Amino acid sequence: QKVSVEVLDHLEHLALVDFRDSEGVERLQKAIQFADQLHEVNTDGVEPMDSVLEDRCLYLREDDVTEGNCTKELLENARGTVEEYFVAPPGNIPLEKLQGRNTYLQGS
Amino acid sequence: QVSAALKEGRVTPTELCQRCLALIKSTKFLNAYITVTEEAALKQAEESEERYKKGQPLGILDGIPIAVKDNFNTAGIETTCASKMLKGYISPYNATVVQKLLDRGAVLLGKTNLDEFAMGSGSTDGIFGPVRNPWSYSKQYKEKSVPKSHSEDKESDWVITGGSSGGSAAAVSSFTCFAALGSDTGGSTRNPAAHCGVVGLKPTYGLISRHGLIPLVNSMDVPGILTRCVDDAAVLLGSLAGHDPKDSTTIQDDFKPFELPDLTDVSKLSIGIPKEYNAPGLSSEILALWSKAADLFKNAGAKVVEVSLPHTRYSIVCYHVLCTAEVASNMARFDGLEYGHRSDVKDSTESMYAATRREGFNDVVRGRILSGNYFLLKQNYEKYFVKAQKVRRLIANDFVKVFRSGVDILLTPTTLSDAAPYTEFIQEDNRTRSAQDDILTQAANMAGLPAINVPTALSERGLPVGLQFIGRSFQEKQLLTVAKWFEKQVQFPVIQLEEVKRHDNGVCQHQKSASFS
Repeated sequence: QKVSVEVLDHLEHLALVDFRDSEGVERLQKAIQFADQLHEVNTDGVEPMDSVLEDRCLYLREDDVTEGNCTKELLENARGTVEEYFVAPPGNIPLEKLQGRNTYLQGS
Repeated sequence: QVSAALKEGRVTPTELCQRCLALIKSTKFLNAYITVTEEAALKQAEESEERYKKGQPLGILDGIPIAVKDNFNTAGIETTCASKMLKGYISPYNATVVQKLLDRGAVLLGKTNLDEFAMGSGSTDGIFGPVRNPWSYSKQYKEKSVPKSHSEDKESDWVITGGSSGGSAAAVSSFTCFAALGSDTGGSTRNPAAHCGVVGLKPTYGLISRHGLIPLVNSMDVPGILTRCVDDAAVLLGSLAGHDPKDSTTIQDDFKPFELPDLTDVSKLSIGIPKEYNAPGLSSEILALWSKAADLFKNAGAKVVEVSLPHTRYSIVCYHVLCTAEVASNMARFDGLEYGHRSDVKDSTESMYAATRREGFNDVVRGRILSGNYFLLKQNYEKYFVKAQKVRRLIANDFVKVFRSGVDILLTPTTLSDAAPYTEFIQEDNRTRSAQDDILTQAANMAGLPAINVPTALSERGLPVGLQFIGRSFQEKQLLTVAKWFEKQVQFPVIQLEEVKRHDNGVCQHQKSASFS
């Protein structure tokens, strides 16, 4: 089954990354096809595995401040800063719906 | 050997450093390095020299030139991951493994080339171009090449290094450094090690800190070690392993660095040969070599048994789902706001993020992010992601069963064939190639087990072929001991590079020496 344009659009929204061209969409189709092989395996009664170290306790340290004071270094790598703030364009404006966006999917 | 030379004063750290830097310049066509930190390296070498003069070297690594893959953070040095997204990004800190090496006096020569964000099996998909395998220019390869009618064709004959730590493997293989750091998520250290004829060690997950290693798949990534011989790998492991409070996925057990014994009696060893690793596409040459190696152990008195890891063929599919899912999550941090590339689009946060990511990532990265997001969609989560996690457990259990049955070490091929020519390799896309090439190395990452590639012999085309040993969790000493024994038996030939001008035969000796320990 081919992935619907709605799902493709949804993915572009979620990932904030575009398919760019038909090759991109093909790539996803092939990836899904490839992953479908998983369904051949019988996993009844098997617990999902999150980590190979699951038999051990996670290391937690004391909640004490041991490092910091590196504001200057952290701000250095950003392109848009004002005093000690990172500057971002206005938020709360969702990415335009498919009709408005200049994206490959619009043509499909 | 080089370390002893430094101690005895037969060669100084600055001389060593300068020779390596000169060699890097003359092997520039390999494109193994993205950044060469000439000034800093010379300064470190000078400091090391002072320490040797006072008779107070910091240890066996003092003054030894090393290289680091460009997905490790290095303070004050550009760290790009071969991606436009991080071009120009100067790390504010050192990755723990880098810091440990520097603390022991190692001289950092530069950052090596890789596939963009360590995604790939050829070291061909980074923005700085592909890395060329030094063996393409070796006497051994040239002798076996079919002579071409035009001289320009010689240029296009070169073979790939494998990936994604191709730059690191090429750097070690071409003598520009004595050891290099790579990363291993699906075979990214062992694959190029096999193609470049060097030792590639993937330690047990949780042994070496990942703090500062730009993550790909949090549950499978490990820093990898590339050296010219197994003893060197043990030395590097000794310096890097151990709990790091900055990486909570490192185990808290005490780690004691070890020296490898010279094994003479293998009769107490049980070597397992997993039959599923005779995968479709495995070249007959490598199959024969694998068989020969098994016989080697048998004739020396070890117990060699065929074993089964039934879920092997699903490991690559499982990896595909889990990797893309974790990648989708890990790449979300690149939005242009705090670091890295930032687009000029200013209309809204989301459109800026989207534009930044469109401009910064290449097709491979974008493809994986989108696939990962697909598998993580609510309607797909159980079907794909959780399913893959269950299959992962089955794969890990396969190994547990085999090791529990008395097998000490598994012996498998590392790659399906010797290195392919670049022109042939790029005919298939990255995902297909990765799926093909990672088949033999991937399962060790799934289960978190230690694995090592040991260069074994030259193929009919004159290119290196390696074999892989997989050991039990945290049993690196046993794994490396067996690997060292094997290395001694096979006597892998030294690369004979022709196009690199050699100056002084005396120091040449030190550089060509296989080890620094």
